[in-house]
Amino acid sequence: MEIPYTIELRPDTGVYNAKLGIWLFLASEVMLFGALFSAYILLRVGAEPGMWPHGWLDVRLGTINTLLLALSAITTLLAWAACKVRQFAKFKFFHGCTILLALTFLGIKSYEYHDKWIHYEIALGSGAHAGQFADGHLIEKSADFDLAKKTGTVTLHGHFVQDRKDLMDLCSPAAQSARNEELTINAADIKKMENYGPKHNTFTAIYFTLTGLHALHILGGTVVIAYLWGPGSRLWRRDPERFTNRIEVSGLFWHFVDLVWIFLFPVLYLT
Amino acid sequence: MSDPKVELRATPPDPHGSAVDTHAVNLNSYIRLCAVVFLVVLCTTSAMIATSFSHIGEGWTLKVALILAIAVVNAFLVAGYLMHLLSEKKLVYTVLSFTVVFFIGLMGLTLWAMAGFPPGTASH
Repeated sequence: MEIPYTIELRPDTGVYNAKLGIWLFLASEVMLFGALFSAYILLRVGAEPGMWPHGWLDVRLGTINTLLLALSAITTLLAWAACKVRQFAKFKFFHGCTILLALTFLGIKSYEYHDKWIHYEIALGSGAHAGQFADGHLIEKSADFDLAKKTGTVTLHGHFVQDRKDLMDLCSPAAQSARNEELTINAADIKKMENYGPKHNTFTAIYFTLTGLHALHILGGTVVIAYLWGPGSRLWRRDPERFTNRIEVSGLFWHFVDLVWIFLFPVLYLT
Repeated sequence: MSDPKVELRATPPDPHGSAVDTHAVNLNSYIRLCAVVFLVVLCTTSAMIATSFSHIGEGWTLKVALILAIAVVNAFLVAGYLMHLLSEKKLVYTVLSFTVVFFIGLMGLTLWAMAGFPPGTASH
């Protein structure tokens, strides 16, 4: 049985079916991300003064990822254009570039996640720095480290602060001038120890939710693009026009993912 | 000027009598378009970063508004040129119009909610 309107335009809609399908899907995606953006606005506006983090994310990495996605959106478009002019070798090249750029994006995102995972904030209840906070990246935990039993030590590369609010704005002059050094802390002195994972505060919660969902979209898109680049490209020999339409549909999804990042980057990294 | 070697009419005759996708394609002109789009994206991204580190206005409101305005320009480029939204069919515009209405409604509800929390649901 032949599926209708995979190539020719459906008279009542003016587009082929897959194109209408992807636009409807993208409309639902706008609402999905829109809901999360509205959650972000509520959390941010509702935060107590001085308690919304600033400068926690690496702008350089965010910028590189922005340019990588922009470049991948361009190579996706060129892959489609190469199909349209029946230059399969160029299609392979441009789509291959898209896959590499997407994987690089995911690699950088993983690095950023890992950085947050090994970044700890420790509230100290006793010892020489009682009442203060230690903030830094984990170097090691001693073999006998057990927070519940209060045994062992943990070593961070970081610094002490008097007030937790001092950790909120890492662009402030005080934060910029802080000198990081190796800090070894006894488990017995620790009141609370927590990494910068999703449960750390509302910022990290919405950051991981938004970027995690976006990264899943990137991953899904990459799988589809890789399939069309590899085994799926067999369709080219049988029906090049239909294959070209598949490339267009996957490209529209990819451009949408780029669009979402265009707003995620300034909202999370720059404001 | 278009290169006749790579130009192909994207509307070959259709056995069923209906047309196929009408986007005429010239690879070289697409490469030029993409180069321009990427340069503009580079400039707008730099402008966003420069704005975020600048000392404009007293609070964050003006800065955020400026940064988001630049992001909208960026988004227009991607949607308009890379997604071909500047030359799409009426039905796609209709679908997107509904999306815009619902999106504005969603954001409107958010702003409305911020205007007044029901008693006992917010600590500040």
